[in-house]
Amino acid sequence: MNQAMNSHSQSVPVVEARDVKVSFGAVRALAGVDLVIRPGECVGLVGHNGAGKSTIVNVINGGLSPHEGTIAYKGEERGRTGIAAARGHGIRCVFQELSLCPNLTVIENTRIMHRALTGWGWRGRAAAAIRSKLDEIFPGHRIDCSRAVGDLSIAERQMVEIATAFADVGQAPKLVILDEPTSSLDASLAEQLLAHVRTYVAGGGSVIFISHILGEVLSTATRIVVMKDGRVVADRPTAEFTQAGLVQAMGSVVAEKKDARVARALTTSEPILSLPPRHGRGLPFKAFRGELVGLAGLSGHGQTDMLVDLYHSRSGNWLRRGNPQVAFVAGDRGYNGTFPLWSILNNLSVASLTDLSRASLIDERHEVELGEEWKRRIAIRTPDMENGILSLSGGNQQKVLFARALAVRAPIVLMDDPMRGVDIGTKQEVYDIVRSEAENGRTFIWYSTEMDEICICDRVYVFNSGAIVAELTRNDINEENILAASFTEAVTREAVA
Amino acid sequence: MKLNLSTDSVRLLIPALSLTVLLCAVFYLQPRAMSYTGLNLLFNLAVPITLATIAQMLIMTVNDLDLSMGTFVSFVACVAATFLPTDPLIGAAILLAAIAAYAVLGIVIHVRELPSIVVTLGMSFVWGGLAVLILPAPGGQAPVWARLLMTSKPPLVPMAIVASIVIAVVTHFIVMRSSFGVLIRGVGGNTRSVERAGWSIIAARGGAYALAAFFAVLAGIALVGLTTSADANIALRYTLLSIAGVILGGGEFVGGRVSPVGAVIGALTLTLAGSFLSFLRISPDWQIGAQGAILIIVLALRLLLNRLEKREKGR
Repeated sequence: MNQAMNSHSQSVPVVEARDVKVSFGAVRALAGVDLVIRPGECVGLVGHNGAGKSTIVNVINGGLSPHEGTIAYKGEERGRTGIAAARGHGIRCVFQELSLCPNLTVIENTRIMHRALTGWGWRGRAAAAIRSKLDEIFPGHRIDCSRAVGDLSIAERQMVEIATAFADVGQAPKLVILDEPTSSLDASLAEQLLAHVRTYVAGGGSVIFISHILGEVLSTATRIVVMKDGRVVADRPTAEFTQAGLVQAMGSVVAEKKDARVARALTTSEPILSLPPRHGRGLPFKAFRGELVGLAGLSGHGQTDMLVDLYHSRSGNWLRRGNPQVAFVAGDRGYNGTFPLWSILNNLSVASLTDLSRASLIDERHEVELGEEWKRRIAIRTPDMENGILSLSGGNQQKVLFARALAVRAPIVLMDDPMRGVDIGTKQEVYDIVRSEAENGRTFIWYSTEMDEICICDRVYVFNSGAIVAELTRNDINEENILAASFTEAVTREAVA
Repeated sequence: MKLNLSTDSVRLLIPALSLTVLLCAVFYLQPRAMSYTGLNLLFNLAVPITLATIAQMLIMTVNDLDLSMGTFVSFVACVAATFLPTDPLIGAAILLAAIAAYAVLGIVIHVRELPSIVVTLGMSFVWGGLAVLILPAPGGQAPVWARLLMTSKPPLVPMAIVASIVIAVVTHFIVMRSSFGVLIRGVGGNTRSVERAGWSIIAARGGAYALAAFFAVLAGIALVGLTTSADANIALRYTLLSIAGVILGGGEFVGGRVSPVGAVIGALTLTLAGSFLSFLRISPDWQIGAQGAILIIVLALRLLLNRLEKREKGR
């Protein structure tokens, strides 16, 4: 590794951004950023949501031209810019939100992503390239490349997208930008990816690695760049950073281990929500008033399905109930969360319109009051609630979805891994709200892929293959126990009886 | 068994099944239709409808809808019945200009982010007006070659069937197998990711529209070849027929999910539904309603199958 670093220190940088400034209207997204990526290094890019990480990535991949400053690929100062030029220099990008065409097969998506695949027989070459790359990065992946991407699970799509970016079809990738690549992968897949990144970098390739999971960045990157408010505030080799140091550099309070939640005696012995064992296997599900119930296990093992079932069991199928029983916070914002064309306020108030209306007309004054209240309570960062929802950063959009669910009077809130790709500051704010709402008697059912979120729950159900395989309470909730339980098989009910 | 079927083949199953059922019903009601001449008569008018359906399908691939398909085919028919036989060069130039106009439409719709429904609805009056200008009263004459082609009698299988198969194979190759087809379906599926891969969306949209116009031109010429004369209102109902054909054949309004083979089958089914109802001696007053009922039944079957498929996947 050291040898690689030395030999590359004199070599031409893959990309060189000098004093890049970008502003969107009055908002300054980048206030003069210098970023040089050399061959054979993995640069970890960290910072809060809205710190400018996505913007600098978009400048590097050619999607955005800087308003001031220069961008040079392989030292060509006056070279062409734009998406095609960036790709021509071997710059590939895996975006935070999945960006494949769901109606096309894996092979056809490879064709879209690689313009160099021309002429007769491109199908065969694309299939060979993507298959070998998938096998190389994720051994034992079981993805059928002739299937439409829309038929794959979210983790499989992410795997395909990563493999497409690394694939070498006539034109080798020089710099791969990974924006939150592990957010929809479970621990073992994420580890396979990180291992591949390390070998790729050791072989002379470059990677920009963006992640909110600081442990991943510390274990994978050779150099870490910290961004804050559109500037680079720290740029040092990884060895000089610790987790606490990174968080400090990002400018947020170090998240101390919270187990300050006082164990409350469960006043009611009657569960507020319960489900029989799933598919006749495993344990039944119960939730009590004022409880924080976590759903853990590897991603895609039936947690979301159970949330949906819980929702259906408590909400009218055809007619909306006058007094809502459950509220749902979506994890996949684009798919079942936001209304992209609506304002922030409308996105927030849509679930509580019955409460806001008089004689089936919406009381607008009331609606604005509700908006202002929640804007203050969970600090939605916007000058005006009438702005479009897409004007917010991802984390703030997620806050609006939270506010939507909490503004409803429903005693039960279901959360479908809503903190995916949200920065630590926002997370802490939301954890506090969740905790105080639970104190007030609300029940939260929380599916999460992140261990520290599961660890703040009162009780945790661990899933495997669609069934609940373990129930952990209070002191038993720790990473070790959850991981161990994730790999146990569900006991069949019949066998027990 | 069913688990191994891909989504695409499931998509094709219902249209193929409904065509078979309808064909069996027609043969049962009128056994004499089961002959070379009978089949030819049954499916003759399907050829232009099939071509128009393919044109509509190409527009729907890029998430747009063409409400001017009927008037455009009428306009082409009028050009084909007036200029093509007498001044082939001028006729060809007009048709090429019309294809170019479609490409420009596609580009304008993309660049200005206009709703395609509004633009094409407006264009339908333009095409209708041009058709009336070219051919104020019904008449004209089909080009000899178009007439010969449409009335030719290949051995064993009637012309209409041969044409449908050729159209299905050619468009399947263009839309499902070629790079261009992947590109325009990609635009329908996720425009942003195609753009991020460095493709020109303008070229893709323009290309899809131009190709659609090309197939619509073929539809107009085929129609004149069958009817021998034209009229400015000759193909008005093609707009809705073509949309119904695409949907019937397993296509969807958005998301770039289309099937050329399905679209051809859908167009054939729609043509056959008309004959079927005549054979049943349903009065013409009720025929349109009955045709609608057939559509609803087939689409309901498709929804049912989709649901079954989802349930199996969840298992």
